Amino acid sequence: MAVVEVRDLIKQFDGGKVHAIDGVNLTAGDGEYLVLLGPSGCGKTTLLRTIAGLEEPTGGDILIDDHVVTGLPPRARKIAMVFQSYALYPHKTVLANIVFPLRAVRMDKVEREKKARWAAELLGIEKLLDRKPRQLSGGERQRVALARALVREPQVFLLDEPLSNLDAKLRASARDELKGFQDEIGTTTIYVTHDQIEAMGLGDRIAVLAGGKVRQVGPPTEIYDDPADTFVATFIGSPPMNLVPREGLLVGFRPEHLLPAEHVRGDDRTPLPLAVDRIEYLSGDRHVYGTVSRIGEETRVVARLPATVDTPITAGETHDFAVHASRLRFFDAGEEGLRTEPIRLGV
Amino acid sequence: MVVDATRISAAEAAALRRRYSRRHVAARIGVYFAAIVVALACAGPFLWSAITAFKQNRDLYNADNNPFLFNRPATSDHVTYLFTDTQFLTFAWNTLWVGVLVVAITLVFALPAAYALARLDRPWAGPLGIAIFLVYLIPPSLLFLSLSRVVVGVGLQDSTWSMVLVYPTITIPVSVWLLMGFLRTVPKDVEEQAMVDGYSRLGAFARAVVPLVFPGIVAVVVFAFTLTASEFIYTLAFVSPPGQMPVSTGVPTQLIRGDVFFWQSLQAATVLVAVPIAFVFNLFLDRFIAGFTAGAVKG
Amino acid sequence: MATPLVEADVEPTPVKQLARRRLADRDGALAWLFLMPSVVYIIALVAIPFGLAIGFAFSDVSAGDPSFDWAGVRNFVRAFEDPVFWRSLGNTFVFTGVSMVFIVLFGKILANILVANFRGKWIVRFLVLLPWTTPVALSTISWLWLLDSIYSPIDWVLRQVGLLDKGANMYWLGEPGLAMSSVIAVHVWRLVPLAAVILMAGLVAIPRDIDEAAKVDGAGYWRRMFEITIPLVLPVIAVSALFGAIFTFTDMAVVRILTRGGPNDATQVLSSWAFYRGIDGGDVAGGAAIALFLFPLLLAAAVGILRVVRRIEVS
Repeated sequence: MAVVEVRDLIKQFDGGKVHAIDGVNLTAGDGEYLVLLGPSGCGKTTLLRTIAGLEEPTGGDILIDDHVVTGLPPRARKIAMVFQSYALYPHKTVLANIVFPLRAVRMDKVEREKKARWAAELLGIEKLLDRKPRQLSGGERQRVALARALVREPQVFLLDEPLSNLDAKLRASARDELKGFQDEIGTTTIYVTHDQIEAMGLGDRIAVLAGGKVRQVGPPTEIYDDPADTFVATFIGSPPMNLVPREGLLVGFRPEHLLPAEHVRGDDRTPLPLAVDRIEYLSGDRHVYGTVSRIGEETRVVARLPATVDTPITAGETHDFAVHASRLRFFDAGEEGLRTEPIRLGV
Repeated sequence: MVVDATRISAAEAAALRRRYSRRHVAARIGVYFAAIVVALACAGPFLWSAITAFKQNRDLYNADNNPFLFNRPATSDHVTYLFTDTQFLTFAWNTLWVGVLVVAITLVFALPAAYALARLDRPWAGPLGIAIFLVYLIPPSLLFLSLSRVVVGVGLQDSTWSMVLVYPTITIPVSVWLLMGFLRTVPKDVEEQAMVDGYSRLGAFARAVVPLVFPGIVAVVVFAFTLTASEFIYTLAFVSPPGQMPVSTGVPTQLIRGDVFFWQSLQAATVLVAVPIAFVFNLFLDRFIAGFTAGAVKG
Repeated sequence: MATPLVEADVEPTPVKQLARRRLADRDGALAWLFLMPSVVYIIALVAIPFGLAIGFAFSDVSAGDPSFDWAGVRNFVRAFEDPVFWRSLGNTFVFTGVSMVFIVLFGKILANILVANFRGKWIVRFLVLLPWTTPVALSTISWLWLLDSIYSPIDWVLRQVGLLDKGANMYWLGEPGLAMSSVIAVHVWRLVPLAAVILMAGLVAIPRDIDEAAKVDGAGYWRRMFEITIPLVLPVIAVSALFGAIFTFTDMAVVRILTRGGPNDATQVLSSWAFYRGIDGGDVAGGAAIALFLFPLLLAAAVGILRVVRRIEVS
């Protein structure tokens, strides 16, 4: 049973000039952690806000728990949202912030305080209840925002890039906490981000968006191993997938699958001599930059060699690399860049 | 009690949607209604003025006539009278050039002062800011008595130039305060970049900061101009010859002879002066608000 | 591949030159330079006349006898003994207090309307700005007719609607109580647009997500207004109320044009009374003494409101 369903959603701005959402169909199941991933301007935040009820769709419907909620204000949708800036009420204490949604539904005072404390304890901020937001750190503010969202016991959590305001160091541990938090609470979550590492780490399923459309939806491994088009292929993965043009097609392979020939086992290998021009040493891996010309036009590619592969490589020389045929992905070279059937690369 | 749309039946949910959509429509109507009421309340007198300017005397001086309609044919006699038999154009011209000069003087004085207070981190900046605020507390209705002595002493009695001399006392404190607010919105790196690029602090101010704060300057210009055009007390106290008067004292003086009011011409004058100023002010309203936002709370 | 960091043909700057930074770079000197003109101007044309005004108040200067002779506190005593002075003082407080309440209230409502989204907003803004941007003398003269004892269009409308008998009039400016209300109404009409503009600034400064978060949290329009919007806008309201009160307290234009302080000094305020005595009556010293009263009251009010604003900000 889908908790959230987006049907044929269209959202235009500026009298039809801007197509922020261009026909999106999506579902989020019970307890699922769905990530909306894409570059800025792809429509993911607009989609989230439309689900929340902060924007009205131009066409299509939103369903929550099988009820059509299009046209209803946010407060009738049983959702909770955490904004990118956390949007804490600066003039209220942490406790007052958390309690606010409960006052809106006229819960009585004793009940409210109990619930607020429960939420605060769950997020480890019970010591901060008397402080004001400006006295809190970024991480603490995020937890207050989560507590405020939690306290309504919503059907869906909507999170809009909640980690982007934290420094890089904090982000990894915050991500960890968020996942743990969601595992414990078990509420369906829709999470917006432009950071593919966050997406891959947090999501049960990822929906990759670009230009207002969903390019692919699936679990992280599927998005990674079987991208539906060149956009997904190059957006996910760091460094991105190598794409070599060949007769109206694009032949793709991930940097970690381009290895020195002797390390590629199996019979179905495609040899690829690589003219190396640069080597970077990053976190124990070697990123080898060079050009290949054997399977298509001459293209600059990257190979990612883990520490275990210790074949000596020197810049300025051509080395024998290879890719296993099962790791090759083929895409149409046209505008859409969709996946096509694999072909035999005559060696 | 807000109804939770996900806990009720589909039919009830549909009814709920209809109810919210009706509320939404009602709210829209409410906003338009309020906007119309408010516009009429504020501009009503001016709309009435525009009509009255063209009324015949017999039409106007009749308590039973509808004041909003032309009960007798409209006439442009009174409006023409304004231009031919009074020095209205002189008044308008005086208001204009005095306004422009005063605004220019204000900017020359206030902009650097605001910059010094907002940016050049001097320890005495705080107290000086408060001092400026205190100056604002000294009202024209107190100062005009002694200022008239000063004006006589400088030999500007009965001259339009006395206004040019004195009006900046009204406009400078407020403009400094406003400009400080606008300057705070300009990020420090802009000047620092300019100074790294080889400009002196002065050069950075002139070339990097002023262009960025230009919208704020425009807003201050418009605000200062409206203050100047509206000023009444000093003009009344310092200037008697009609040829030297601005609109705010000239029009009443020439169109009110003893107990006789030339109402239609007066209304024409009002509308002719009010409309352009409001128009220009409206054009720059958004920038003006941005300045208040930056300055207001620190205030 | 790096280019040489130091170019060979630049000579090191002589020590003397380095020691004397150009004026254009010395922040301290520049600050003084920037501020001096304004400070000098204000001292010359505000501080000194202020001192002069205080001097006048203790002198016997008049239009007939411009020589300056010390008169002690005679002017003040004479002012205190004059019942019109006390009436003016009271009127000033009433005028200011009542006006400010309405100005802030209507200003807030108008600001909310102006930040909403609707078609034709530009025209509405234009129309709404007219009362403030018009020179006060001109707009108030219009009101003279609108409130006329015989020809008032307002009376005409009231007669048509039946609220007034045929041939009857309200005497808006002739009846003491109504006159005060009229003066207040015109002043409020004039200042509401300015208050609205200032308050709009405050409203616009509230980050959009806070309002949206409140919507998502379940708050309806009124709860959002009273628990979120107004508390966050309160400092702006306070500051604008302060400036408005100062302006109103010292303003005399509306009173002078509309009623000249009448009927029987019912609408006389301190500043119009000072003008009447000082310029119309030629008693410069007396006028100064009366006007001087404005300042300490203003100072007290200003300090008071500023303290309140500081407290709101800190909490």
